[in-house]
Amino acid sequence: MKAYLRFVWRCVRLSFVGGWPYYLWMSVLSIFVLLGINAYCKQLVYGLITTGMSDQVSWGLYIANFTFLVGMAAAAVMLVIPVYIYRNRELHDLVIFGELLAVAAIVMCQFFVLVDLGRPDRFMHIFWRFNFPISMLTWDVVALGGYLLLNLHICGYLIYCAYRRRHPSPIFYVPFVFIAIAWAISIHTVTAFLLVGLGARPFWNSAIIAPRFLASAFAAGPAFIILTLQVIRHMTDHVVTDAALKMLKNIVTVALTVNMFLLGCELFTEFYAESAHMVSTRYLFTGLHGRNALVPWIWTAMSLNVIALTILLLPLSRSLRYLNVACVFLIVGIWIEKGMGLIVPGFIPSPLGEIVEYSPTANEILVCVGIWALGLLLYTIFVRITIPVLSGKLTHDRLYLPYEREDAHAIVGAS
Amino acid sequence: MSGAGGNAPGSEQAAYTGRLTRRSFLRGGLGAAGGLAALAASLNPLRELDTSELTVEKFLQKHYKEMTADEMEGVLARIRTEVEQRYAVRPELRDIKAMDGVEFAYALHLGRCIGCRRCVHACVAENNQSRSPEIQYIRVLEMPRGSVDIERGNHHYDRPTVPDAGHYYMPIQCHQCANPPCVKVCPVEATWQEPDGITVIDYDWCIGCRYCEAACPYWARRFNFTSPQIPNEQLNPNMSYLSNRPRRQGVMEKCHFCLHRTREGRMPACLEVCPVGARKFGNLLDPDSEVAQILRTKHVFVLKQDVGTLPRFFYYFDEDYPRSHAGISLPVLQPHDVGGTR
Repeated sequence: MKAYLRFVWRCVRLSFVGGWPYYLWMSVLSIFVLLGINAYCKQLVYGLITTGMSDQVSWGLYIANFTFLVGMAAAAVMLVIPVYIYRNRELHDLVIFGELLAVAAIVMCQFFVLVDLGRPDRFMHIFWRFNFPISMLTWDVVALGGYLLLNLHICGYLIYCAYRRRHPSPIFYVPFVFIAIAWAISIHTVTAFLLVGLGARPFWNSAIIAPRFLASAFAAGPAFIILTLQVIRHMTDHVVTDAALKMLKNIVTVALTVNMFLLGCELFTEFYAESAHMVSTRYLFTGLHGRNALVPWIWTAMSLNVIALTILLLPLSRSLRYLNVACVFLIVGIWIEKGMGLIVPGFIPSPLGEIVEYSPTANEILVCVGIWALGLLLYTIFVRITIPVLSGKLTHDRLYLPYEREDAHAIVGAS
Repeated sequence: MSGAGGNAPGSEQAAYTGRLTRRSFLRGGLGAAGGLAALAASLNPLRELDTSELTVEKFLQKHYKEMTADEMEGVLARIRTEVEQRYAVRPELRDIKAMDGVEFAYALHLGRCIGCRRCVHACVAENNQSRSPEIQYIRVLEMPRGSVDIERGNHHYDRPTVPDAGHYYMPIQCHQCANPPCVKVCPVEATWQEPDGITVIDYDWCIGCRYCEAACPYWARRFNFTSPQIPNEQLNPNMSYLSNRPRRQGVMEKCHFCLHRTREGRMPACLEVCPVGARKFGNLLDPDSEVAQILRTKHVFVLKQDVGTLPRFFYYFDEDYPRSHAGISLPVLQPHDVGGTR
């Protein structure tokens, strides 16, 4: 126990130590977190009127980000499956970065739900009267909480074993890895069901939403991990092979193709049948009665996704620079597609046919930026701690410091 | 450790070994102080927070269905005091229970409604809805004749006088569904269907997630996006726990068929004010009630029957057949009666 506390203390200290790019990055993130806290405090005082939401469009950017981030969390399985099921060697040392991303993403998700509540002070009510299994929101609470615990356990156990220089015992983590694979699929499915189950909203009331969610998540998640690995490769001495990035690239390409195909299926059904079901789709893509706030958003998303897919399918993307560009494009494209392109149009027109448009306020955007900054801060700290531990630089009894070897020995010898 | 930029490896060692040096201590202390100051500055808006909602008593208040009669009395007494402090009016606040053998239903005569919106404003006055920002439970649509497609309705019609010859009018409010999607989705059971069919909200239990608002096909639910404002002299002091007591910021509200009136044998405020008698209300289980008779004899329909919500709010047209049809009785032709007149 004492050893464990010392480990935690060392991790805390380590997260405050780094070169100047690290300090700069962490300071910028901290400033955004503080701005987010400030904006949220205003929201607490004046209510959700500080957002762009209304009785007509009652969910906005918060739930949109939540939906997107559930996908990012679920996407960790796209590293776990190759490693644990197909025994992929290239990704073996990188899988933990996917799982840590899942942890950070789930924490962000939970904050996005919290800031969306009108009465966060009553959050505990969910534990006193839990409308399970009837309300899909309670399923989401279970799914996200469980997934967070699973990933915390797997990552925590593996990192602590490396720190203690013990061989991790498979029985303590492999079963959880396999549970987490199924659980990852379930978190995004349940999040889709949250929307799909509403007969009042024909735009969401479609069986294809859950598969679309998964496909887009399995494109955006690994794309984010590719970018992270590029940073790790440049900023640390952790080994990331080209083959590993290529493997992830292939996953992204297939997932994005499937996502575009499913979207095409949905659009055909809507536009060809021209039923009442498609009013929201028409509003989204072409505008309705001269109201077209979402039209630029969705066409931006469509263009970004198509450009990303084109780059990925061409030999061009063998160059890592173009791969990075494609990843950024598709992350932004999918973020828009799931947020402004899926959550918001579900509310327009209203069930009584009224068209009230939505655009987020500055305060609302600051809260979102704050939560994103917090998530990135957490993820940076996770990576900061994990790399020296996994490479054996930080263990309970030993130090390997390539740059100051004598000093390190002196310190170890002295203590 | 020497030279510029030598800090990182040195402090990294310190971090690995967990040892504090004077330098790292000083730097850490300064960083922590600066961080705390920045955090305090960012929390500044909280000084204006209404802390009256953050009492231990309210934090521990039970769900409506779990409160004993004594506990409910205590809560009612507390709310009376709060309302009096806030609005300078002593309210008649009670917890009125559903009557046995009653299932309420509403029927609205589309041929009679003239779209004057008196029901909308009577409802606001009766049920202590926020005047600023304005919250209304009833929305009246001006519909073009020849269509029942509500997407073609005009929500914001503004005429010197109504009715307009080319239109008919369709007021929409909570349909008190027998299969309410809003109740299904609530994660904390803050909204439920009472034995008399009215779907109510415990305003002290709602967490404000607005899932019910997304689930309602009739757009019947409203959210308090900010602290509701009602001028003191406009407060209706006759109130009950589950209906029209003043709400707070961050919770849902909706039509409850004026249960503080109807559970005591009176009519809803929207019905009483209607100048043309387009609104009918009563007990569905009583065959002699006006609504039961309307359901038996008129051309009745419900809105969005396809979503399976089984509303208790019915729209109807005139008598079952026009009077000019009196005495007409023709033999019906069979679908395959080839010998009959085509």
